[in-house]
Amino acid sequence: MASINVLVCVKRAADVTGEVVLNADGTGLDGRYSGYAMSPHETAAVEIAVSLVEESGGSVTVLTLGDDDAVEQLRDALAVGADDAVHVEADSSAFGPTDVAAAIAEVVRARAASGTAYDLVLVGNDAADTGSFQVGIRLAYLLDRPVVAGVQQIAVSDGVATLHVGSAAGTETYEVGLPAVATVLEGGVDPRYPSIRGRMRAKKAPVEAVTPEVTPRGSGTLGLSLPPPTPNKVTVLGEGPGAAPAVVEVLRKIGVLS
Amino acid sequence: MSNVVLVLIEPDEGRVHLVSREALTFARPLAGQVQALMLGRVDEAVLADCREQGVAVVHEATDAELESYAAAAWATALERSLEASGAGIVLAGGTERGTEVLAHLAARRDLPMAANVLSVTSTDPLEVERQVAGGAVREQMRLDASPAVLTMAGHAVEASAAAAPGAAEHRPFTAGVSAADLRAQVKQVQARGGGDSSADLSAARVVVGAGRGAGSADGFSDVDALAQRLGGAVGVSRAVTSLGWRPHHEQVGQTGSRIAPDVYIACGISGAIQHWAGCSSSKTIIAINTDAEAPMMTKADYAVVGDMHEVLPALLEALG
Repeated sequence: MASINVLVCVKRAADVTGEVVLNADGTGLDGRYSGYAMSPHETAAVEIAVSLVEESGGSVTVLTLGDDDAVEQLRDALAVGADDAVHVEADSSAFGPTDVAAAIAEVVRARAASGTAYDLVLVGNDAADTGSFQVGIRLAYLLDRPVVAGVQQIAVSDGVATLHVGSAAGTETYEVGLPAVATVLEGGVDPRYPSIRGRMRAKKAPVEAVTPEVTPRGSGTLGLSLPPPTPNKVTVLGEGPGAAPAVVEVLRKIGVLS
Repeated sequence: MSNVVLVLIEPDEGRVHLVSREALTFARPLAGQVQALMLGRVDEAVLADCREQGVAVVHEATDAELESYAAAAWATALERSLEASGAGIVLAGGTERGTEVLAHLAARRDLPMAANVLSVTSTDPLEVERQVAGGAVREQMRLDASPAVLTMAGHAVEASAAAAPGAAEHRPFTAGVSAADLRAQVKQVQARGGGDSSADLSAARVVVGAGRGAGSADGFSDVDALAQRLGGAVGVSRAVTSLGWRPHHEQVGQTGSRIAPDVYIACGISGAIQHWAGCSSSKTIIAINTDAEAPMMTKADYAVVGDMHEVLPALLEALG
């Protein structure tokens, strides 16, 4: 089986699984209290990449665009098996999806010119914070590569990637010639935890810093706000099994039961 | 900017999918004229739905290559109908297909795109409010381009009939799909097993949900039974899929499906922000939980304090 090189793109984003706090001027999320993480989709993408390379040989490079703190997410990926990392040094708040795709394309081209051609580029289906759903697809057009979105599992053999996508109809299978781009959705693989050895290795692993040449157009963001609080209108129907008749009555009242 | 809005619509058992009908409703106030594109056969039931939604023209791409889904091929068809309609806004529901195809269109035309739009706050300049951070935050965004490319957040509006029916003039056309458009095309679909009622959570009228309170992978029998009894679908929290108890396609929330059923019965679900983002459009929420202070219980319309494994059997018995 031929070895493959995989590039996984991840993003440092404020953790939004708890209380979400905006920064003082309402232009971004403040993660100082919630912490930062890569999105669940990107965590799955790293797992897919590391598993593929374990099977076939090759390398996994992880990339992020952001300030110096974003190296933390690169180290997280290195700790679970990525071989090396690229830090695209930039103010991520100034970069919209088009800009990010252009900056990644620059790295892909530069690495190809220096001898590392990426057979697969994996991107999260959407970022946990901005949720733009576009970076991977824009990147594929910039590189003139086929792209499959919402991928949950990938196998590679003889220069062809077999990609599985969950849909309302079931599981869809694509067969795509390499090189290709895929946007990854969580749920198809079980991401591994870093070992102590992995963490130690990640501390020493190489991180290449690059400065993008792209002049960012931005995201069009005017500002952020929190949604209005949900009105507290709960009616307690009772406790335990004894509340069942009251639930049935509600179902009748709202027309679910005739 | 042209006052035509072009909406990519998707089928659902012979009709226009609920999310697409919502997108058509969303489009009407923005448009002098709403036009629609469907990939696949447009039959009388689809035209009837479009007439009810006030659609003037229904484009139908007839290329044989479109029968098996390829996002780039769909985008080519969308480009052709965009050229024919001269639309100033291209819109789709925020489904997997809608989002993917519109992202292709935005990429190949180098246009900005706003996903998960809740409302259009200004048409000149075009400014929208959209959901970000899994619905926990709203973003105000400007799109300085024509056509603008938008996907609508799941259930941002309720589908409703237009004041006057549209002509829904049927216009079949050939998109002219290229070989490059078919580099990534569905080769095979493995259908879900029979009796799986979770196939389309986003359109379900009843959803019975379960979270960590189910206790184990074996703890869903009453949840399944209640969903079946009520003719609904099963939806679960992220904790449940992370634990491997149920498949990801049943997940409701930030990284799963957005639902808007008539009733959502949430059993043993604490109600984290990312789950709430997926279920908050439910018309009525009934929460069952041992913790009366769990966010799901305090945000619900109705609450039952108790163990789902005791309440659900009693509820099934009461339903007969």
